[in-house]
Amino acid sequence: MSNELPKNNAASSPGDPIVEIIEMHKWFDDFHVLKNINLTVHKGERIIICGPSGSGKSTLIRCINRLEEHQRGRIIVDGIELTNDLKNIEKIREEVGMVFQHFNLFPHLTILENLTLGPVWVRKTPKAEAEETAMFFLEKVHIADQARKYPGQLSGGQQQRVAIARSLCMKPKVMLFDEPTSALDPEMIKEVLDVMIDLAKEGMTMLVVSHEMGFAKSAAHRVLFMDDGEILEENTPVDFFENPQHERTKLFLSQILH
Amino acid sequence: MQEVRETTAMKPPVTRIGVLGWVRTNLFSSVFNSFLTVVIIYFLWKIVPGLIRWAFIDSSWTTTGAECRAAGGACWSVVTKNLRFIIFGFFPYEWQWRPLLAMIILFTLLIVSRNRSYWKKWLGYSWLIGLFVMGLLLRGGLFGLPPVESTKWSGLPLTLLLSVFGLTAAYPLGVLLALGRQSRMPAIKSLSVVYIETIRGVPLISLLFMSSVMFPLFLPEGITINNILRAQVAIIMFTAAYIAEVVRGGLQAISRGQYEAAESLGLNYPQKMRLIILPQALKIVIPPSVGILISAFKDTSLVVIIGLFDLLKTTQSTLSDPRWMGFSVEAYIFIALIYFTGCFSMSSYSRRLERELYRGN
Ligand SMILES: Nc1ncnc2c1ncn2[C@@H]1O[C@H](COP(=O)(O)OP(=O)(O)O)[C@@H](O)[C@H]1O
Ligand SMILES: [Mg+2]
Repeated sequence: MSNELPKNNAASSPGDPIVEIIEMHKWFDDFHVLKNINLTVHKGERIIICGPSGSGKSTLIRCINRLEEHQRGRIIVDGIELTNDLKNIEKIREEVGMVFQHFNLFPHLTILENLTLGPVWVRKTPKAEAEETAMFFLEKVHIADQARKYPGQLSGGQQQRVAIARSLCMKPKVMLFDEPTSALDPEMIKEVLDVMIDLAKEGMTMLVVSHEMGFAKSAAHRVLFMDDGEILEENTPVDFFENPQHERTKLFLSQILH
Repeated sequence: MQEVRETTAMKPPVTRIGVLGWVRTNLFSSVFNSFLTVVIIYFLWKIVPGLIRWAFIDSSWTTTGAECRAAGGACWSVVTKNLRFIIFGFFPYEWQWRPLLAMIILFTLLIVSRNRSYWKKWLGYSWLIGLFVMGLLLRGGLFGLPPVESTKWSGLPLTLLLSVFGLTAAYPLGVLLALGRQSRMPAIKSLSVVYIETIRGVPLISLLFMSSVMFPLFLPEGITINNILRAQVAIIMFTAAYIAEVVRGGLQAISRGQYEAAESLGLNYPQKMRLIILPQALKIVIPPSVGILISAFKDTSLVVIIGLFDLLKTTQSTLSDPRWMGFSVEAYIFIALIYFTGCFSMSSYSRRLERELYRGN
């Protein structure tokens, strides 16, 4: 499985940096939630972020599309630095797709409308073209037959695949995933991971908060371990799981692997 | 061979079906319920026959007041003989077809608008044209229609004018205020809060008084603003504050995930609100909003205290005519029916809208 994927890591084939985070800090009031984060993501790279609950993983990736604001350091996405400039923020959000733990589909719109909303209103794509693209991506996540239904009529796994397709319709340059499978029943996890692996094969740049070891081993270039607001360890997937360096990484792995 | 059980042909127990079953489960299910049923039947038996006799058998429909008194039953003549004054008030008698036509246009538009599949551009244009024609019919002054001063506008057309404009203008204003109250910009937020809390802290009557008595004091000499317009503004301002609070409740019910999903697609604030948040929030608050609209509709009758002749006031004036004194019950029943029709249509429409919007999701 793993050798099917182009495992060109940053060193062997450095794509241009698409996300650069430099000495970034974030506080929630007095609570120092992210401490001195440095991270460069290159085009086509796939990074898994794991770590105990509350360690700041979600906050970190949410800073990349400014769902959270950082207070120190710099974040540069696709050459644009994130500041309070609303226009820049909207421009970056067009290029950065996000998939949430709880899907967050729009319940009052059909699946098709969920998918065409962004392209039509943000990218100003003509409606017919947007629908064509939407159907293309629905095919891709194996769910085209549900296009006219409402999100509430779909299972969790189907909803999450729709959410992935919704992001893809914006033709993003980077995709962020925040624990995309942890709200799913076990039998639905695979259908979502399969879609993500397909995406990886096509060379999508992905930052994924997840503890799915199988996905990490088959699709990721790097695994980051976060604890207490810091990136403690960074390694290739195989070394990360089989030969962890840090004490806290070992403790964490022993907990998730039982 | 196994025995096949006949489950399909089973009928419910006899006591649950038919008239007898209904009576037993609904009227005599317990000692207390049986007692209540008996008491209520007793009162109905005492009241209903007398009521029917008064309202229909002994009633007069097209007589004079004196003849009514002789007949003894309900005097519907007070309504039929004064109908045109009750409905149209002081609008010049020979031109009363104009407000009548305006009301027909209004009702036609309202009835057509009930159907959601007609909510297209042409309906919006129809409303614009309709409003223009209605205004023209009331005011006159064009196309050979003699002008009619707005001080002559009265009765049902005035009530409808105040309500329809009041409610349609108050709703969007209320939504804006609710959004303002949520705003991260301190100036907008505090302005909205102050507005909402101030308005909600005073009764409508005092707003009406202020708009008609105090407001003109601040205007430069010689400038007057139409009395009806002032009442209209007071009603809009008042209703909007209540709508705002209801809508705020709806906004709070929408999860943060919906905002975040909309933002992460790159939607800007107006798009996010209009396409994602408000459609969901407003749907949730249909029942309480309609409650507010219904009470606002009834509250328009308070304009009598600033001297406007709405439906209630024209009825009262009729009753102060010595020939018709003493028949207030009949006259008030009549306008109560008009108000009831308006309120009941609103509430039944809101139920229908809710059903339609919840279908499928
Ligand atoms: N909006 C917020 N306000 C205050 N504290 C928050 C907020 N969001 C998250 N936190 C806190 O920040 C820490 C990191 O949260 P999060 O990034 O969600 O962790 P993870 O995704 O790794 O579980 C947690 O302690 C959490 O309680
Ligand atoms: Mg998280």
